Amino acid sequence: MAKIKYIEFNGTEHEAEITNGLSVMEGAVQNNIPGIDADCGGGMSCATCHVYINDDKWFSKLPEKEMGEDDMLDQAFEPKSNSRLSCQLIVSDDLDGLTVHMPEKQV
Amino acid sequence: MIKTDVVIVGAGPTGLFCAHQLGIIGLKCEIVDNLDKIGGQCIELYPDKPIYDIPAIPKCTGKELTNNLIKQIKPFNFDFHLNDRVQELKNENDRWIVKTLNGKEFETPNIIIAGGVGSFEPRKFPTKSAEKFDGTSVLYSIKDKTIFKDKSVVIFGGGDSALDWAIELSNSSKVTLVHRRDEFKGAAASVNKIKKLSENKKINLITRYSIKDVKGNGSLEGVEIKNETGESKVVKADYVLGFFGLIMQLGPIAEWGLNLDKKTIPVNTENFETNKKGIFAIGDICTYPGKLKLILSGFHEGALAARGCFKYARPDEKYRFEFTTASSTIKDRLGVKE
Ligand SMILES: Cc1cc2nc3c(=O)[nH]c(=O)nc-3n(C[C@H](O)[C@H](O)[C@H](O)COP(=O)(O)OP(=O)(O)OC[C@H]3O[C@@H](n4cnc5c(N)ncnc54)[C@H](O)[C@@H]3O)c2cc1C
Ligand code: FES
Repeated sequence: MAKIKYIEFNGTEHEAEITNGLSVMEGAVQNNIPGIDADCGGGMSCATCHVYINDDKWFSKLPEKEMGEDDMLDQAFEPKSNSRLSCQLIVSDDLDGLTVHMPEKQV
Repeated sequence: MIKTDVVIVGAGPTGLFCAHQLGIIGLKCEIVDNLDKIGGQCIELYPDKPIYDIPAIPKCTGKELTNNLIKQIKPFNFDFHLNDRVQELKNENDRWIVKTLNGKEFETPNIIIAGGVGSFEPRKFPTKSAEKFDGTSVLYSIKDKTIFKDKSVVIFGGGDSALDWAIELSNSSKVTLVHRRDEFKGAAASVNKIKKLSENKKINLITRYSIKDVKGNGSLEGVEIKNETGESKVVKADYVLGFFGLIMQLGPIAEWGLNLDKKTIPVNTENFETNKKGIFAIGDICTYPGKLKLILSGFHEGALAARGCFKYARPDEKYRFEFTTASSTIKDRLGVKE
């Protein structure tokens, strides 16, 4: 279990308890949190689950990007060096307290 | 006007197998897809990745699955209309008139929407200012490369399309390639070539920058790019090209008066009909309690929707359930001899 905070581009905050093993993307979708589209359902082929990890400490603590995640992020809306695909972030106790920021839009 | 029993919107795995089911029960169909190839997500997003959960096929790639589905419906000789998007549906005297972007028209009692997450469209620049040049000097695909001769062309992207065009156009145009990071997704050989061209000043290579604004009134003059530390600069441009891959967009489907739940269409699980008579939805685009976005679910949904179409296409006949192993009618339709 991990408590994850999702912050929309307009500042609206949502907090949800996400079960271990789900992705941060699935956590948002299952809790009806807007701002993450996830068109490909977690297949790492749409880049519409893009989030920013604004806290440097958290960014470096997250599991490293797998091959292909950066390639996919090239296609995202306004990617930055602290961008991640939320479908690739698998929730565990270690992620308790993580905050992700949503981009202005996904497409 | 093409008259048919069913128009299938989308040539992904679901639409393809549904066509098979229609063929088996003796109905005709026409298949439209926005992509330039058959296969939907399987062919566009993961042609070489193996799939492990197609019943009775322990392992096959997206491309192999697509090729086998095409082979399976070959006996029916159905027509595909690729590179075209179904745009408009209109009801006239209990028939649907289906219009496409390229101006094709179909008349049919049944429409099966197998549109996945929508039609594949190129991803565009996020900047609003790029819109007014869209299609003239801001382009996402190239139809006629001669227009770039002796012009300043700024290309954005890090995949094969961006690299290949940068290399090709560097012969006859002044090319700038802009990419948001130092690594490229494209093939290693192309990356090396780009680096060589950049060393020899044949290409202006700018990494860690992305688009900020498009400049020019009336005609395009340049493009402003920015990096993450907030610095920006303007590069002269007659043309700006963006190669960011494809994105799935619901597009016209949202305007057909169908009930929508987020980006999906609610259906009944008896025949996968929507809230409109004669319009069915199957595959990733449909939703019902327990829906799984899997290819195997799409196959089942297509089989039932095909039977659902029968009563509107052949109101005076009764649908008879038959096995392919036993029915001589089906074997005739498949053109098999035993
Ligand atoms: C990386 C990845 C891996 C996957 N792995 C698996 C797996 O292992 N097993 C599994 O079962 N599933 C897997 N899937 C999911 C599977 O690919 C989808 O469930 C399946 O493709 C859905 O098929 P479909 O025919 O419903 O839609 P799609 O394959 O999305 O095809 C829909 C087609 O409709 C077209 N279209 C839409 N609107 C229009 C319009 N208005 N006019 C014309 N054409 C239109 C689109 O261009 C598209 O080609 C995976 C998906 C991805 C992205
Ligand atoms: S859901 Fe498509 S890339 Fe994450």
